[in-house]
Amino acid sequence: MADQTTNPIAFVAEGTIPPSPPPGNETGVIKWLRENLFSGVANTLLTVLSLMLIYVLLKNTLPWILNGVWDANSLAECREILDGMTGACFAVLTERWPQLIYGFKYPTDAYWRPNLAFVLMLVAFAPVLFFDLPRKLLLFTAAFPFIAFWLIWGGTILVPIVALIGIVAAATVFQKLGRNSFAAGFFGTIVTALVVWNVGGALIPDGASESAWLSPVPSRDLGGFMLNMMLGVTCVSLSIPLGIALALGRQSDMPLIKWVCVIFIEFIRGVPLITLLFVASVMLSYFFPPESTVDLFLRVVIMITMFSAAYIAEVIRGGLAALPRGQYEAADSLGLDYPQAMRLIILPQALKISIPGIVNVAVGLFKDTTLVSVISMFDLVGMIRGPILASTEWNGVYWELLGFAALLFFVVCYGISQYSQWLERRLATDHH
Amino acid sequence: MSTMTDPPKSDFRLTMLINDTRYRSLTFQVIAAIVIALSIWYLGNNLIQNLRAAGLNISYSFLGDAAGYDINQRLVEYDSQSSHGRAALVGLLNTLLVAFLACITATIFGVIAGVLRLSNNWLVSKLMAVYVEIFRNIPVLIWIIIIFTIMTAVLPGPRAFRGDNPTSSMLLDLFAFTNRGVYVPRPEFANGLFGAAVLNWLLVIAVLVGSWFVTREINNRAMKTQEETGERPNTMLLNLAVWLVPFVILMFLMGLTWNVPALKGFNFSGGIKVGGPLIALWFALSIYTGAFIAENVRAGIQAVSKGQTEAAAALGLRQGRIMNLVILPQALRVIIPPLISQYLNITKNSSLAIAVGYADITATLGGITLNQTGRAIECVLLLMLFYLTASLLISMVMNVYNASVKLKER
Repeated sequence: MADQTTNPIAFVAEGTIPPSPPPGNETGVIKWLRENLFSGVANTLLTVLSLMLIYVLLKNTLPWILNGVWDANSLAECREILDGMTGACFAVLTERWPQLIYGFKYPTDAYWRPNLAFVLMLVAFAPVLFFDLPRKLLLFTAAFPFIAFWLIWGGTILVPIVALIGIVAAATVFQKLGRNSFAAGFFGTIVTALVVWNVGGALIPDGASESAWLSPVPSRDLGGFMLNMMLGVTCVSLSIPLGIALALGRQSDMPLIKWVCVIFIEFIRGVPLITLLFVASVMLSYFFPPESTVDLFLRVVIMITMFSAAYIAEVIRGGLAALPRGQYEAADSLGLDYPQAMRLIILPQALKISIPGIVNVAVGLFKDTTLVSVISMFDLVGMIRGPILASTEWNGVYWELLGFAALLFFVVCYGISQYSQWLERRLATDHH
Repeated sequence: MSTMTDPPKSDFRLTMLINDTRYRSLTFQVIAAIVIALSIWYLGNNLIQNLRAAGLNISYSFLGDAAGYDINQRLVEYDSQSSHGRAALVGLLNTLLVAFLACITATIFGVIAGVLRLSNNWLVSKLMAVYVEIFRNIPVLIWIIIIFTIMTAVLPGPRAFRGDNPTSSMLLDLFAFTNRGVYVPRPEFANGLFGAAVLNWLLVIAVLVGSWFVTREINNRAMKTQEETGERPNTMLLNLAVWLVPFVILMFLMGLTWNVPALKGFNFSGGIKVGGPLIALWFALSIYTGAFIAENVRAGIQAVSKGQTEAAAALGLRQGRIMNLVILPQALRVIIPPLISQYLNITKNSSLAIAVGYADITATLGGITLNQTGRAIECVLLLMLFYLTASLLISMVMNVYNASVKLKER
């Protein structure tokens, strides 16, 4: 105590000391590197290994890609230009571009037709994919299949028009009859559509297709990536309603309908797609009337649609099962009948839950459309393995072509899965 | 004068068939039955007419005829004089072989990638994410073709191994990677206890299975001791001895030798030749499905909440035991069902063998046999029957497993 009085205090802090900056290795890039890449011996080892892997990959591919030749007429010419350097021969892509995209038989002067159909497809999909767009656009979506059919296959415009009229008439009948009884509306719809199509079909004059403004293109002339896109889009769109019907059928309390759906779904899911494509190519024509000729494209569409419908049905069944029992009971207590309950209460919720699963099936199906090359349809893979690699000019250009095919599929499939994740976030109504 | 009302039964009107819930489902089912019967009759009638027009009939006698084509990759005896049925059997075994191999390697790839994707290491987890996205979004057919192209166009021919300064050499002098296939050493028994090689191998398997039973017994006893006394006897050395000693003695008795492939003339001989198509299919299927399994594994591990790890740590368990006793049993319950359906996918995707010329059942029965005999309906039906049986068996295994790991509610 005495010391205090004799020795005045040498230092008194008059304010708080400003915090000193963290040590250099605890901030910014260094901290991040230390925590995420070099936090221990094992981690450092992993980092070094990964860096080596990336280095080896880049060292082998980068010069090959950067030295690529984009303008040549054959592999020999490419090699001449490269003159011993490593480099890709991307010229095959530019030279064979139309074949890769449209197949090798689609008429050259008609390439604008699938192009236009593709652009229209984007427009038609927009209101389905993005809910903020005006709902009126859905009318165009409904008309799109007929426009696309006319554009791609050509021929007389009367065929798609008759088909469209049939659908419109059927929809009108359903509006009128379905208000009172779903069953009456259902059967009335089928009868109306059949009547309109038969009468309309009889009215179309023979030979109308030959003199049509758009020259007709037979299905066997379709090919390339266009064929993959067409199969993917058609089969997914057709299989969603069929899948919903199968899922509801499997949940039904009518034993006959339930068991038919169960057997169908389990059978289709139990066999590989390739056997179903075999059925389409060699077996299905035995089951059509003897004089009829159903072309291979349609047979393949039928089988792939059945295939994906079975998978989509299982996804939707999961969605239906995930709904709480109370939703069904609430619908019943409101006095809704089965079609109303399904349309207004159950399906909107069940489908929302099923969206990720449905998108998975759609991506898988789009990838599986490459399998048609096995039954000698010339889709993208079929074109690469068949006409292009077999030609004398481009025999041996494997990596450029296969890499291009892989890239194309990757872009589309990755895009779809990113969309589905966005949609999931968008539709999430629960709060965490 | 009686004023009794009519019994309800006579009140039946035809509209009740559709409007009364008591009868409606019956009505619908009758209509459905009629529609189904009519379509079956229609399709069957078309089939009969078409077959008659083409002069065909449904008969499976072609399975006994000589096939007349060769199969390179085979597990059982087969030559071009064997029957179509035998060819189908060879194909069936080949399908099972590639599916089995791919299931094992796909699981290994998938588990490694799935665990590494959850790694703290930013670079590694991003690399694994890239692997998963790239392989999931590109068709497996393209992967099979790419790997097959590597096998045939990039690997050197046997010629490159010859001469004084060969451009290629064998890996460790044991493995030869050529564009005709990969040659690996083959174990052989100089003085086997049985005449046939198959019996010797069966003996080896029997010994291994025996060791497995013994180790299980040892572990059970250790568990019992632990429950009674609280001390767990150390069984590791004992287990190791039970696995190794009988196996090594057996190998020594039978005189194990390795038949190493060697260059003879223009080609390699000796060893086991694993054909390029098999490797392409095997590797492509495993690396493609591995990407899917990685996602399943990641989801399974993330499904176990962090509280479980912390609770186990609070009980004083060590890291390894937390993993074995707490995390894995719960994660596996989530991982295994999708894993088994991935195995199912591998089995079904192995039918893509036809694209690279691997003689699986789709390529023999559904490919060459179908084209040679023209028996489309019979071949495709048999093919579907095989795959259907396989998938039903696999889903049966899954159901049994699901029942056994179901949360026991008391």
